[in-house]
Amino acid sequence: MDIDVQKVAMLARIRLTDEEATELSPQLSSILAYVDQLAAVDTEGVTPTAHPHDASMPLRANVVTNGNRRDALQAVAPKLESGLYVVPKVIE
Amino acid sequence: MTWEVVIGLEVHCQINTKTKAFCGCATTFGSEPNTQTCPVCLGMPGQLPVLNTLAVDKTILTGLAISADINLESKFDRKNYFYPDLPKGYQITQFTVPLVEHGHIDIVTKSSGAKRIGVTRIHMEEDAGKSMHEGLDAVSHIDLNRSGIPLMEIVSEPDMRSSDEAIAYLKNLHQVIRFLGVSNADMDKGQFRCDANISVRRPGEPFGTRTEMKNMNSFRFIKQAIEYEIVRQIEVIEDDGKVIQESRLWDSVKNESRSMRTKEEANDYRYFPEPDLPPLRVSQLEVDTIKASMPELPHQLRARFETAFGLSAYDADVLTQTRELSDWYETLVAGHPADPKQCANWMANELLGRLKEMNKDLAHCPISAQAFALLLDRIADSTISGKIAKDVLDAMMETGVSADDFIEANGLKQVSDSGAIDAMIQTIMDANPKPLETYRGGKEKLFGFFVGQVMKASKGQANPAMVNQRLKEMLKA
Ligand SMILES: [Zn+2]
Repeated sequence: MDIDVQKVAMLARIRLTDEEATELSPQLSSILAYVDQLAAVDTEGVTPTAHPHDASMPLRANVVTNGNRRDALQAVAPKLESGLYVVPKVIE
Repeated sequence: MTWEVVIGLEVHCQINTKTKAFCGCATTFGSEPNTQTCPVCLGMPGQLPVLNTLAVDKTILTGLAISADINLESKFDRKNYFYPDLPKGYQITQFTVPLVEHGHIDIVTKSSGAKRIGVTRIHMEEDAGKSMHEGLDAVSHIDLNRSGIPLMEIVSEPDMRSSDEAIAYLKNLHQVIRFLGVSNADMDKGQFRCDANISVRRPGEPFGTRTEMKNMNSFRFIKQAIEYEIVRQIEVIEDDGKVIQESRLWDSVKNESRSMRTKEEANDYRYFPEPDLPPLRVSQLEVDTIKASMPELPHQLRARFETAFGLSAYDADVLTQTRELSDWYETLVAGHPADPKQCANWMANELLGRLKEMNKDLAHCPISAQAFALLLDRIADSTISGKIAKDVLDAMMETGVSADDFIEANGLKQVSDSGAIDAMIQTIMDANPKPLETYRGGKEKLFGFFVGQVMKASKGQANPAMVNQRLKEMLKA
């Protein structure tokens, strides 16, 4: 299976050199080929598994349980201004 | 050769729950930036989302209101993309099995009449944070208070064939959502936003390549953007070009759209099942309970106003635009039950007209429906004429004074005493011997002159019907 390693890397925001891409390409292909063996199983009439546990989603009440913890939560932010996170410019 | 336009709409609507979709953070609009966040909606590692039960109920209610199917088992997926206002690096959404499918909305337009627009699905998802770029140079600012607010995405079939149909669909949907109370749907606050998928084709041919106009939040801009895009696509094709499938952004200042395409925007979201959330299961009993709580919908209310109160289709439409309007009207009719049509006329023309001039909405109306009903009572019992009532209403709107107090204080009571009216008529006849002679000589057109004189002498307070009747008799003699 042929995969565009640089495209996958870009989608994951991982920078790869050409050498790394060349090295990774057959590795990723062999992983996919390994997983692809599942396709050989006959799943005719089998309901797709939605989740590994046979559980239903628990729900939460519509009640505010979190207060303002901005200072503590922003302690890990590299750059702030007036309570806002500062990031490299993004254009819409 | 003519072109056919094909439009499909995606509406993102914020569900008005107190807390976010997957955590216990508040959703209050306009709070200090980043004060309504927690490790879950900030995407910190090791946190688990737990879905808000009310957001589920409100999505089901919306689905039932548009006659859709509710999937008793639905699933959540991750939509992966990188943007600074999306701290997890993915949005939790429903990709494979949404909660709601196969609904419809009926619209009416001048150009194409009645038409049914299919709603493919309504799925639940979470909102992103807010990015700010304005006035900033090399950076953007991020507020994550909005991150994780529950959204319904309402996806239509590509059933609309004009901007008019698209706007009719949106207004209808907006009205239903407001009536249900599932969202405040305030477009200025981004609580009801629209993406439009637009393409053109020759009638009968397969769909053309579509473009997506992103994130519009005013009916006027949506209409302008759709019309602009239709013209642009036709021009491209007629110049032997090809429409490129892309996202475009409407610039409401320049009145034009521009491509949002960047090299990185590959639109490859790599959806996969959300491993943190098992399937959402609701019982038929829960769905039935929600169905039983369904409030009266706009089209039902319109029909009831027409049959129960004898209103014209136009008046019924005007008075059911919002729940506030219809509630106000029904309170008014309860206060003045003798004449629901008069209530409608006075409310639609006089009251709403004055509010518009004052630049106020009904929520800030200076008078109550009960006070307005008392004014209509005074017309009905002939205390004042309709003409004087308009002056009284002016005063009520300005100062909040009651109709009775203002009528009393200004001596506006209509004169319906036949003795007093006779005396006034006699005075006018005595003061105008010449016109009287001419009238009696056969020039009956002068009747209007006498009516005017008597009404003027009474400062408009004489009962007009009585003046007419008595004048006819007394002028003859
Ligand atoms: Zn949170």
